[in-house]
Amino acid sequence: MEHADDLRTEALESLLVEKGLVASEAVDAILRHYEQEVGPLNGARVVARAWSDAAYRRRLLADGTAAIAELGYGGPQGEHIVVVENAPRLHNVVVCTLCSCYPWPVLGLPPAWYKDPAYRSRIVREPRQVLAEMGLALPGDVEIRVWDSSAEIRYLVLPERPAGTEGWSEERLAGLVSRDAMIGVARAAAPRG
Amino acid sequence: MASQGARTAAAPLDLAGPAAPPRRNGELVFEAPWEGRLFGLTLTLHGQGHFEWEEFRERLIRAVARRERAAAAGGAPFRYYEAWRAALEDLLAAKGLCGTAELDTRERQLAARPPGHDHGS
Repeated sequence: MEHADDLRTEALESLLVEKGLVASEAVDAILRHYEQEVGPLNGARVVARAWSDAAYRRRLLADGTAAIAELGYGGPQGEHIVVVENAPRLHNVVVCTLCSCYPWPVLGLPPAWYKDPAYRSRIVREPRQVLAEMGLALPGDVEIRVWDSSAEIRYLVLPERPAGTEGWSEERLAGLVSRDAMIGVARAAAPRG
Repeated sequence: MASQGARTAAAPLDLAGPAAPPRRNGELVFEAPWEGRLFGLTLTLHGQGHFEWEEFRERLIRAVARRERAAAAGGAPFRYYEAWRAALEDLLAAKGLCGTAELDTRERQLAARPPGHDHGS
């Protein structure tokens, strides 16, 4: 059965490529986008709520685990989540230097690069350089704080709300919040004009 | 890459409802590589303007409903991306972009390849 599925899909792609309707590289790019850049929804909803509701934001920063549980998320690796908030002059980024601790209930499973020894060691030593390499160039006057997850504590970055999103619904806002923004290696996406 | 991301982020995927793809904590779940390929093909075709998302979505909802009914009645187990493929094939045929007969032919050709054909690529 598996084999028949492979064949049929391969036949479809090869015909569409032959007809010039798609390029395989474009398909690769779309897949990469969905696998690596689209953020987990639970965390995005938490962030969108915090952007929309000042009282919720205060509760979230005071006790991340409890505020996240208000939205129904919790479980293994989420027993003690600390939320760190970005500001115009302050950027937070999360790592687990020892292994790959990660707030599963809000972010799902970590991406491959998060577990990579290079990220785990370098983000502590030269965060500005590593972030720039990952596509986030921060001005020199922005302080970078690196949060190292421990056996008990998991961190979640609360990104800055993008300008031009006044009056947006939480659902719409959540669409701007990528996994990478909640780890701190990207910003929340700007609204499309 | 950033502009690519901004563009593809707008793909009108349902987050809930009968046509929503399987997700685990928001992330798309592909049980096998062909499912991802099929997903990528569909979004690429749409991104290049070959069809309106709603045209695909209507077919997907119908294909999902038909298969869920069949599965509930003791038929083949429901498989989301198999329904997705049927919907895409139907749409491509309706649009005159790719016919079922040529697809069948190509599938037979691929099946007739000698074993180990793809290990060099």
